[in-house]
Amino acid sequence: MPAFVRTDKCDGCKDRGEAACVYICPHDLMKLDRDGSVTGQSMKAWNQEPDQCWECYACIKLCPQIAIENRAYADFVPMGGSVQPLYVGNSIVWTIKFRNGEVKRFKLPVRTTPAGSADPYGGEPEAELSAISDHASLFTKATHSCDMSQFRSAAAESNE
Amino acid sequence: MSEHGFGNPEVVEEAVDILIIGGGMAACGCAFEIRRWIDAAKKEGHEISVKLVDKAAMDRSGAVAQGLSAINTYMGANDPADYVRYVRGDLMGITREDLVYDVGRHVDDSVHHFEKWGLPIWKQEGDEGKSLKEGGKPVNSGRWQIMINGESYKWIVAEAAKKALGNSRIQERIFIVKLLNDKNDSSRIAGAAGFSVREDKIHIYRFKACLLVCGGAVNIFRPRSVGEGMGRAWYPVWNAGSTYAMAAEAGAELTLMENRFVPNRFKDGYGPVGAWFLLFGAKTKNAFGENYAEKNYDDLKAINADQYAAGSRMGTCLRNHLMLKELREGRGPIFIDTPAAMAKLAENMTPKEIRHLEAEAWEDFLDMTISQCGVWAGENIEPDKEMSELMPTEPYLLGSHAGCAGIWVSGPEDLPNMPEHYHWGYNRMSTVKGLFTAGDGVGASGHKFSSGSFAEGRIAAKAIVKYVIDNADFTPEIDRPVADIVAELYRPVKNFLEHKDYATQQDVNPNYITPKMFQMRLQKIMDEYVAGISTGYQTNGPMLEIAERKLQMLREDAQNMRAKDLHELLRAWENYHRIIAAWAHMKHIQFREETRYPGYYYRADYRAVDDDSWKCFVNSRYDRDTGTWKLKKVKWECLISFDPDKEAPGMGHMGPEQL
Ligand SMILES: Cc1cc2nc3c(=O)[nH]c(=O)nc-3n(C[C@H](O)[C@H](O)[C@H](O)COP(=O)(O)OP(=O)(O)OC[C@H]3O[C@@H](n4cnc5c(N)ncnc54)[C@H](O)[C@@H]3O)c2cc1C
Ligand code: SF4
Ligand code: SF4
Repeated sequence: MPAFVRTDKCDGCKDRGEAACVYICPHDLMKLDRDGSVTGQSMKAWNQEPDQCWECYACIKLCPQIAIENRAYADFVPMGGSVQPLYVGNSIVWTIKFRNGEVKRFKLPVRTTPAGSADPYGGEPEAELSAISDHASLFTKATHSCDMSQFRSAAAESNE
Repeated sequence: MSEHGFGNPEVVEEAVDILIIGGGMAACGCAFEIRRWIDAAKKEGHEISVKLVDKAAMDRSGAVAQGLSAINTYMGANDPADYVRYVRGDLMGITREDLVYDVGRHVDDSVHHFEKWGLPIWKQEGDEGKSLKEGGKPVNSGRWQIMINGESYKWIVAEAAKKALGNSRIQERIFIVKLLNDKNDSSRIAGAAGFSVREDKIHIYRFKACLLVCGGAVNIFRPRSVGEGMGRAWYPVWNAGSTYAMAAEAGAELTLMENRFVPNRFKDGYGPVGAWFLLFGAKTKNAFGENYAEKNYDDLKAINADQYAAGSRMGTCLRNHLMLKELREGRGPIFIDTPAAMAKLAENMTPKEIRHLEAEAWEDFLDMTISQCGVWAGENIEPDKEMSELMPTEPYLLGSHAGCAGIWVSGPEDLPNMPEHYHWGYNRMSTVKGLFTAGDGVGASGHKFSSGSFAEGRIAAKAIVKYVIDNADFTPEIDRPVADIVAELYRPVKNFLEHKDYATQQDVNPNYITPKMFQMRLQKIMDEYVAGISTGYQTNGPMLEIAERKLQMLREDAQNMRAKDLHELLRAWENYHRIIAAWAHMKHIQFREETRYPGYYYRADYRAVDDDSWKCFVNSRYDRDTGTWKLKKVKWECLISFDPDKEAPGMGHMGPEQL
């Protein structure tokens, strides 16, 4: 299945506009079954092409109902394990269950600023059109210092 | 007019000055830089409009969707010239050094911005609170690689890029199918056509210039798992070679399309090895515990490749070469000794530090290849207790990782001794006027990775704005009637609607082929004749001739693909892009009568590296009307002085391990 949707948990993102999983899947795999003709119940999402799933977890991480899980590829992974994430503030907590029942948990930071706070131009200079042909600088004017003597000189070239 | 619907899409025509095609790292870099230049141009009276279209949602689109655990290109205290030396050594000598240098001098500033926006970058002890910009020392896993907590990397970068450009300038879920040339000048670009993956709409854009940044190509070769695990390629399954195919069809010159990337990865899950080698110091061995790399080293002489593995250097492909011999001769599997590496690191650690080390080992995968954790969990493998197998993957085409396939572009003319044939116009512009690229799109300059691709998008942004200002009087006119474009884009839909009732089952029908079977046909041809996994990455002249004949028929049959819904229409056109990219790859391998990248592929009829005849670029041009390719040799230039001690310093005897 790779990423799959739990029937008991998915609410079809009814009151939230486009379903989060449908919105985010980079490969257009998640689909909302409005009339129940595929899943047997209306307003449930499903993975329409499991053998094209990258197991990127983008849908799993975004689902507000925690309704999506991953079942590792059946053609090479033994059954029984699972790897499930949960965002907690600015961290992600991973719960890894082994086939033999062992459980490991890791909490890892994901960003240092509040979500939505990235400010692309705060404190940055404006661009000056007179510099548009200058390859040595971008608008921020923070070119790495360069030792130009590392270039082969024309003289050295003619000696070879 | 009849009502719009699946069989009768609405046509939306739009004019902008600049279209950014793609929403990945390069596109985000372009968005960030371009807004500033557009605002500056406005002050001087130039109104420039721009739009970005992505087939997916920018927050998680492209190769960085899962996140990454390292930024692989960061200069720090190094000089960009040494970065050029490293890249050319890794890519078997032939590199556009101007383009690589250009990325090197601009990349760090972009990384500083990622950190400012919220990306956690690991710091050395004592520097934890200090940003890179303030001199905080990163944790390097290699000379150019720094460790991050990168689960939300793409999300953070996209957030800044979207704000920079503004949501009204961004359209998601638009798949671009074709670039359109100018009616009055076929060497100029004038537009693009695509469709919505959500609504029955075709979108036609007219523009003066575009940045084509749709990533590399995956799934043109048969993958190692062909059941449910078909989606588990190392490279993200959604980058379908659109960049190369659309550029080729528009008449742009491609370069080094014979190059491919065959990463050596944790078997089945395709987990990355970079941190294991570089950070944890893990070693590989064959089934019998032998260090095969040292044992087989002399074999490189037989194929003339030892010069690319002398002293401290070793091309990534050559490491594969040394390993493939073991697999071929029955001494596999190859193991990576994770327990020994962790035990060694743990020798002088407290229990708390050891727990931290274990978390780091898992995080490396959780941040970018979660599937590998699924494999470990399912197989009860704990890396500190049990070794894992490594296995080389099926081949991919890309231009920003340890590969260099792509489009031939104009470089920065300010560098010393720039040869004439390296610059003919605007920086990062292809041989088609107004068609720019970056990231995976730019050929002959690999090892840019995420940060370098973003920086290159910024470089291109500036050049595009300049191009548009210089071409203010140009009014783009597309070379074909809109009705023809609409008919072409929706042909798979028509094929389906017309013929679906012919048979009692929808998938077996003599009138059309499903995109899925079409993809499998392509993968079988490439795998069996163009040096895929089933032949141990080998091919030869006669095999390539057969491949070409089969590819030509496949391209003819592309007319007969079906689409039963918008999702399948997407798959149909992705696969069309795959054939053109695959065909370019095949033609280049056929033309280059040597084995330039041993370990990535072999021409069994020309087994060795042949610097006398082939230390040059191979460039190609595709003619879409006749379906023919023209190939030629292009002179390679050494811009940065050759210094044997500096070619890859600090990497130890066997050179940089694979990333
Ligand atoms: C598995 C993996 C691991 C990696 N690890 C690292 C690492 O640890 N560190 C590091 O620095 N780099 C790493 N890289 C490299 C890095 O991800 C790439 O260099 C970078 O993403 C390239 O940027 P790009 O913009 O060219 O392509 P991408 O970022 O892949 O973006 C391509 C974009 O094009 C869009 N698109 C595709 N086709 C179309 C179309 N026809 N129409 C419209 N839109 C389209 C896609 O949706 C996407 O938005 C890794 C790459 C991979 C694949
Ligand atoms: S995001 Fe979750 S709740 Fe919403 S439709 Fe998808 S699976 Fe259902
Ligand atoms: S895991 Fe990724 S590829 Fe698979 S359905 Fe979810 S978002 Fe799509």
